[in-house]
Amino acid sequence: MKDITLGQFFPGDTLIHRLDARVKLVLVILFIVELFLVKTLCGFAFMGVLLALAVAISKVPPKMMLRSLKPLLLLLAFTSVLNLFYTKGDPLFTIWKLTASWQGLELALFMMLRISLLIMASSLLTYTTSPIMLTDGMERLMGPLKALHVPVGELAMMMTIALRFIPLLVEETDKIMSAQKARGADFESGGVLKRAKALIPILVPLFVSSFRRADELAVAMECRCYHTSGPRSRLKVMKMCFRDYVALAVMLAAIPAILLGTNQVLFSIIPSALG
Amino acid sequence: MNKTEDMIQTIELGFSYPGEGGAPVLQGVSLTVERGSFVAVLGHNGSGKSTLAKQMNAVLLPTEGKVLVEGIDTREEARVFEVRQKVGLAFQNPDNQIVATIVEEDVAFAPENLNIPQEETARRVEYALRAVDMWEYRTHSAHQLSGGQKQRVAIAGIIAMMPHCIVLDEPTAMLDPVGREEVLSTVRRLNRENGITIVMITHYMKEAAMADRVVVMDKGKVVLDGTPREVFSEVDYLESLGLEAPQATTLIHRLRGDCPSLPADVLDEEEAAQAILHLFEGVAG
Repeated sequence: MKDITLGQFFPGDTLIHRLDARVKLVLVILFIVELFLVKTLCGFAFMGVLLALAVAISKVPPKMMLRSLKPLLLLLAFTSVLNLFYTKGDPLFTIWKLTASWQGLELALFMMLRISLLIMASSLLTYTTSPIMLTDGMERLMGPLKALHVPVGELAMMMTIALRFIPLLVEETDKIMSAQKARGADFESGGVLKRAKALIPILVPLFVSSFRRADELAVAMECRCYHTSGPRSRLKVMKMCFRDYVALAVMLAAIPAILLGTNQVLFSIIPSALG
Repeated sequence: MNKTEDMIQTIELGFSYPGEGGAPVLQGVSLTVERGSFVAVLGHNGSGKSTLAKQMNAVLLPTEGKVLVEGIDTREEARVFEVRQKVGLAFQNPDNQIVATIVEEDVAFAPENLNIPQEETARRVEYALRAVDMWEYRTHSAHQLSGGQKQRVAIAGIIAMMPHCIVLDEPTAMLDPVGREEVLSTVRRLNRENGITIVMITHYMKEAAMADRVVVMDKGKVVLDGTPREVFSEVDYLESLGLEAPQATTLIHRLRGDCPSLPADVLDEEEAAQAILHLFEGVAG
């Protein structure tokens, strides 16, 4: 249960940590766009190196990066199998009635790389950006939407609070589970339906306590003069500086490079005799 | 006495929650908290002491009588933020008061709400964190801190509003003895060194003993009001309210049955020992 890494921030003082949160958000979005433009192994290698470099600079342990993939293993396996067998192309091997193709293998591999890199890049963002800076960054990037009466400030506050309370609720779930186990509750055996039923004694107290927490937090926030009308100031003012522009320039420069690269199919895994 | 000189004044304050059969939680509470003082409010569960705390900064509004904070009526809607800046309110569970993940960002929450310029916000955050001795933890995330540290951060979050008074609603109830001592010494220091008026709601006698003045509540009314010595000497009455005087006071009270010459207003073990020693010396001599 402790593996929920969302909202887990590793304080640090590296170049990556110091980048402007807005810039980091844009960088991740650009990185994701580029991941979908990349059509060659060479391109993925380039993206991988880019990410590895960023991870190395940020001093986030590589183990943590890999761990962020764990919850997605099933999804990765599922999409890979689908891609492998459902892509029409030159046959590779056949199991029962399903035929895998070379093109499918390539697509599966690329999709897997794409999703893994995407998850790791966004994890790196949350590892190196304090949740408040992150929501702050989002709030500012979405700033123009205020003109359309989108409650940007309130949304950002909701995010902040969610991030703050997730570790607390995880802890509490653990506690409730231990308490129920100590009284003979069984969460591991039985069919899906039985196990789902076994969750009720966890969810009910968890809900009750969340509502109580929410109520207390709301009063505490009111006591500290929280209001949704009128402007709020910030402890940390976001200011773009040289490193931010450099990082943006690098990420933008990668786009034409990738687009050029797709024309030359370097290191395709499909044997050229078939292609 | 000049009314505006008082930090908080409640005048015949009455309150009942809507739709609970109208049973009053507070009745006819008239209390004056003087500027710079340290007042402890004692009471059993359901005595109305937490409700009284919430009346002091306009979280709840009187249904009868009124509450004045530095002369401002808490029912003046337009001045509610002014009232809340003057009187900060801290609660029992620090986890449910801390809004932001990182310590300094949480402490900045109130100044940010008040739209205080960035440099001034930063100055206040430093002042507040130093006042509770948590400055070196400013970049830590809140859930890595101990209970006592979290409660101090929560108090810093209030100090950042630069309040004249802090009302603490059972601030140590969820803490271990170490955390409790940390918070209490912080509160004492804030009162003595930073000149902040303190109103501390508690049901621990020992905590109440460190105040200048103790107010005892029962069934929504103020039943005792005086210095700790005066209040704790009423051992039998306190017990009838489900409260217990400090152990040393109770001991001396029981001994007084046989030795009426013992003083009635003993507060701690040291004083009790002195009193008993004095008695023996008197007998020997």
